[in-house]
Amino acid sequence: MSCSILRPGLLTTIQDGGRRGYRQAGVIVSGPMDSLALRVGNLLVNNPPGAAGLEITLLGPTLRFETDHLLALTGADLSATLDGEFLPLNRPVAVRRGSELAFGPARSGCRAYLAFSGGLAVPAVLGSQSTYLRAGLGGLEGRALRAGDLLPAPGPTPAGQRLHQQLLSPQPSPHWATTPWFPDPTLTPGPEAAPVIRALRGPEYDLFTPASQRAFWEEEFTVTPQSDRMGYRLAGPELQRRAEQEILSSAVTFGTVQVPASGAPIVLLADHQTTGGYPRIGQVITADFSRLAQVPPGGRLRFQEVSLTEAHYWYLHQEKTIQQLQRGLALFHYR
Amino acid sequence: MDQPLPPPSGPTPVQLYPLGDAAVVLKFGESISEATHRTIQAVGASLDAHPFPGLLEYVPAFTTLTVYYDPWVVSQAGQQDPYQRVSESLRQLLHQLPELPAPDAAPVVEIPVCYGGAFGPDLDLLSRYTGLAAEEVIRLHTEPEYLVYMIGFAPGFPYLGGMNERLAAPRKTQPRPLVPAGAVGIAGRQTGIYSLPTPGGWQLIGRTPRRLFTPEATSPSLLRAGQRLRFVPISEAEYQHLQEHEL
Repeated sequence: MSCSILRPGLLTTIQDGGRRGYRQAGVIVSGPMDSLALRVGNLLVNNPPGAAGLEITLLGPTLRFETDHLLALTGADLSATLDGEFLPLNRPVAVRRGSELAFGPARSGCRAYLAFSGGLAVPAVLGSQSTYLRAGLGGLEGRALRAGDLLPAPGPTPAGQRLHQQLLSPQPSPHWATTPWFPDPTLTPGPEAAPVIRALRGPEYDLFTPASQRAFWEEEFTVTPQSDRMGYRLAGPELQRRAEQEILSSAVTFGTVQVPASGAPIVLLADHQTTGGYPRIGQVITADFSRLAQVPPGGRLRFQEVSLTEAHYWYLHQEKTIQQLQRGLALFHYR
Repeated sequence: MDQPLPPPSGPTPVQLYPLGDAAVVLKFGESISEATHRTIQAVGASLDAHPFPGLLEYVPAFTTLTVYYDPWVVSQAGQQDPYQRVSESLRQLLHQLPELPAPDAAPVVEIPVCYGGAFGPDLDLLSRYTGLAAEEVIRLHTEPEYLVYMIGFAPGFPYLGGMNERLAAPRKTQPRPLVPAGAVGIAGRQTGIYSLPTPGGWQLIGRTPRRLFTPEATSPSLLRAGQRLRFVPISEAEYQHLQEHEL
């Protein structure tokens, strides 16, 4: 009932839908950087959308499945191979015990998600299995995976088990097989080079000089190597305020673009602190979180201003598409 | 985290604005005051008592209360404008606020602190900077009842109001790479307690054996916004004893 970690990769952690409801206690949300990718992966293997899976960063791990599993790999294309053969993304994959999953160079994007049908059996801390590295809690002993770890993966759900048998039992020869079907491609956009990230004006937008406001929307930013799960530190035009004004600490969220005194913006991501005291020039819209989270260190991006109405339109559009996928899977594949 | 905490002033009108497409901010003026804090506490209590469909959670801060919502649920699966719906719910709640009973006064939380020595490596420095004897620094630090304005920066980390301004001191020019959990420090006109081992630039004057953040507990933060606390000086022996008994 498990999966062995032969090599851990650069940063492989267990993440689920996130630790919700404790922000007022200062507890960060954690969870996946690209939650759309994890949700789609989970739905493809008959899991609830927020089930725990692996977040794989840039250089993937090598894993050996010690039992049969039904998996889905979503998000970035990190040259995954299963028993040496190219593994397609974004569809359910039935594997037999003994199969090995390995990764190569990052072809596009930087975070892949491996969903296991039946989820991962690590204890929930404060209602979530997500790894919170700095506090050392959640996930597997509160840390990133290491070589030699045994990942407790109980194996497919009953409906997942049936799909596994459909895919693999007829021919004993192949070690793995995948479905001919896959989800609506708009749910798996595939990472882009230099994406345009849509954003709203932040609460302190008016504190910035007109030149800096223009630069924020018009110029390109680079994600620096000092970026991590807490946030992207961006290099680009220096964003200046009209006047030094004290900002009282208040709550922030995923996608908040805050600007410290240096003038170099930081986009807050999954492990961001719950509150901050820097002026917020922008706020990335939820529908673009997935594209944002796939920009690798050294990658470029631009911001495009949209209205709250547009942001909600795209939010609801994405939700509807996910729900359609969920309904479609329940109707045709996981009855 | 160095903002001064000015004396109370009267209540201020509320402003509503979005923080992205899944959060709304209620802002009660521009300055920190106990009156504003009480209003924010009352709004939080009211949201606890009467959560609207789609409310996820909220975070109180010095002058703001940020409400996180699920636009899908709030909009009734895309039937209505989510921001308008949330704003209406919150305005209604604010309208009814004056009729709500004030939240109960929480008991004062005592934080035992072993000052100076290895636990408070900057106590002498602070003493020199302020021109106060070390004993006087401790006396002034343990004298007031502090108000927890908000929790943020790290799990269970309290932003406290009420420090005697004679204790104010700048941050360290070179932050320490690792400050232990429980370290009690001063930065600017604020005092605080580190809740997790982190890098930090506060002047450390003591340490508490109490755990501010206990992830195994259902209520993981020892403190919450609206509570009052007092620092109680203890000896090193008492510190060791308490630490062994702290669960």
